[in-house]
Amino acid sequence: MTVDLAGDAAPPRRNGELVFEFPWEARAFGIAVALRSRDHYAWDDFRVRLIDTIRANEQPYYASWLQSLERLTLERGLVAAEELEARVAELEHADAHDHAD
Amino acid sequence: MSADGHAREHEADLHTRAIESLLLEKGVLPEGAVDAVVHAYEHDIGPLNGASVVARAWTDPDYRERLLADGGAAVGELGFGGLEADHLVVLENGDGVHNVVVCTLCSCYPWAVLGLPPGWYKSPAYRSRMVLEPRTLLAEMGLELDDSVEIRVWDSSADIRYLVLPRRPAGTEALSEEELAALVTRDAMIGVAEVVP
Repeated sequence: MTVDLAGDAAPPRRNGELVFEFPWEARAFGIAVALRSRDHYAWDDFRVRLIDTIRANEQPYYASWLQSLERLTLERGLVAAEELEARVAELEHADAHDHAD
Repeated sequence: MSADGHAREHEADLHTRAIESLLLEKGVLPEGAVDAVVHAYEHDIGPLNGASVVARAWTDPDYRERLLADGGAAVGELGFGGLEADHLVVLENGDGVHNVVVCTLCSCYPWAVLGLPPGWYKSPAYRSRMVLEPRTLLAEMGLELDDSVEIRVWDSSADIRYLVLPRRPAGTEALSEEELAALVTRDAMIGVAEVVP
């Protein structure tokens, strides 16, 4: 299992190790790679999208990663926009509820 | 982190969890698939590039010469390394000599050919003991070397990364390059194991 990303698209590393600042970054990384390994898209599809997103935005690397992942999954019909929106709202509500206790 | 920063991270966290939960529910990804990837990249991974390099060196004597003379360039011939290759030096194991790699100061590692470094490689115990008592530590890790074998410990740095070219095991003459590559492990390319057929 190798992830070929160089130049602009290279994930942040420290001493050669991938660096995830937040847990969601690792999850987003894992989801993207897992989907590719099941042939839901070619790695190049993701990579090109990632590079374009990085170049078009001033934002942390994994923000571009997540954006690319989200767009690709929507485009490939793996999730639908409405259900994604609904699920985000659900989780937000559940989180707020927990914190309020 | 600023309030904006928190909000952005929170949004990202929600979106990621939303995507993952939906993909799981719809059966697009099985339970555990994402965990497996994260785990592999954090603990285990992808020394397939290095294995290809080793197999090529075993089967092509000219390539082996070039690899030992200029590791980065030779690895680049196979399409690995690229911009982040750093200076790569390949160390050949041979009769009476066994090479092993460590990074005493941190955890420098030739990730371009070996993927992510294993957890134990980054541990203070490995980093200090491999320099102080390599024979003992190697034995503990499962590699018993005869006293007559010279052990050379190589300390990586930000400027120089090392890759061990392990000995080709006996009885593998009939194997194809691809089959040979499948035998080569990350541990053998760090130097804490030998390749077995």
